[in-house]
Amino acid sequence: MIKAPSIHLRGTHNIDGQRLFGPVDVVLPAQQWTCVLGRSGVGKSTLLRLIAGLPCAGTFTGQINASDGIDIAGRISVMAQSDLLLPWLSVLENTVLGARLRGEDPDLHKAENLLERVGLLREKHKKPGALSGGMRQRTALVRTLMEDRCIALLDEPFSALDASTRADMQELAAEVLADKTVLLVTHDPAEAARLGHQIIVLTPEAALQWYTPQDAPIRDQYASETVACQADLLTHLRRAP
Amino acid sequence: MMRLRYALSAAVFALLLWQGIVWITGVPPFILPSPLRVAEAAFANRVLIAENALVTATEVVLGLMIGTVLGAVTAIQLASSARMHRLIMPLLIFTQAVPVFALAPILTLWFGYGIASKVVMAVLIIYFPVTSAFYDGLTRVPEDILDMAKTMGGTKRQIMRRIKIPHALPSLGTGLKLAAVYAPIGAVIGEWVGASKGLGYLMLLANGRAKTDLMFASLFTLAIMTLLLHFAVIKASSRLGQH
Repeated sequence: MIKAPSIHLRGTHNIDGQRLFGPVDVVLPAQQWTCVLGRSGVGKSTLLRLIAGLPCAGTFTGQINASDGIDIAGRISVMAQSDLLLPWLSVLENTVLGARLRGEDPDLHKAENLLERVGLLREKHKKPGALSGGMRQRTALVRTLMEDRCIALLDEPFSALDASTRADMQELAAEVLADKTVLLVTHDPAEAARLGHQIIVLTPEAALQWYTPQDAPIRDQYASETVACQADLLTHLRRAP
Repeated sequence: MMRLRYALSAAVFALLLWQGIVWITGVPPFILPSPLRVAEAAFANRVLIAENALVTATEVVLGLMIGTVLGAVTAIQLASSARMHRLIMPLLIFTQAVPVFALAPILTLWFGYGIASKVVMAVLIIYFPVTSAFYDGLTRVPEDILDMAKTMGGTKRQIMRRIKIPHALPSLGTGLKLAAVYAPIGAVIGEWVGASKGLGYLMLLANGRAKTDLMFASLFTLAIMTLLLHFAVIKASSRLGQH
């Protein structure tokens, strides 16, 4: 597989002539986690959808490039807040959906290995309806990994989970997405402080580069530096217009 | 089981009421035969009724199958291309503005007195409910699932086959439940207009000869057949899945 590239997004997004955000200049460093925070409605998800090449309301003027000059489309996988599992397929079949949709033969062996890694091998024949929220999101994570794309775009994938499941999922995701270029949209300062190599606060005017704690992610949630970063972020977000 | 017991007691009550009315009013049997008389007529004519019921059942089942296949195929076509949608949808709506019953004479002219014209009639009646229910399901796949399929590089064909169709199967089931009730109506109307066999034909014949008891016996046979079909379809469509 080609090494995950960095991604450079530069431009302005307008909806009906109204500026949503920009001009912004964002770099997602290669093989690192970039966490994007911001008030709701500021266009965090739009930013993600732009990079993913998905249709969004409004028009974007600017550029989105990968550092290796190769098209981004076809090299991304997206994980959303809702797990988007298909209720009529088993866990195993859900994880190989991508291959099925492309009309390829899926690598079931690999899927089983990944399911084992996230502790779901025993549930592989169950339907999503029989799983807990955490298990469902782990299935979605395996589906994302099965795509084996070098860029992962995560749109609040952990926000619907309870606190302990969320912490587990963060660690699991950090571990299995380690070599990928990751964009994580989140509304949780604690999550950003814990996971981000880079933290960006998106406002209508700019994409503000925030400081991160010294040590590398994934960080100890209760280390004083992590807590301080989280507190600063929260204060800033609450003050922001 | 409980529900069946309730339904049965309601039926028994209705029959008793009916029998009571006939006794009390002394209405002549050619106006309203008593349920006992109807039962006697049904038993006496059991072979005749069974033969004709078989014809009607064949028409209904064939109509249901052909109509379902045609409706499902149309819905998939409508959902897979915007051009098809623009082309077919107005036509489909226009055909709904034509009262299908009014076509029965012309269908008899075109397809003859045999079962073909009745099958066509049943097909025409169920085609639209099946198409529109299935189409509804096909187009109501949540956007974010389709977005995901797109980022996965899914082909249109595979997305239809693996996401849209399975997602729409419960809707198809809803359409089929309606169709199961409509299809016998189509077949019987067809038989009324011109036939030499079938329960609809038998009803007209009995009515014309003032054999009102036989008329009722045929009517109940038809109702029971429709109910059986309805339950069979419910059973089948519950296997289509619910999500």
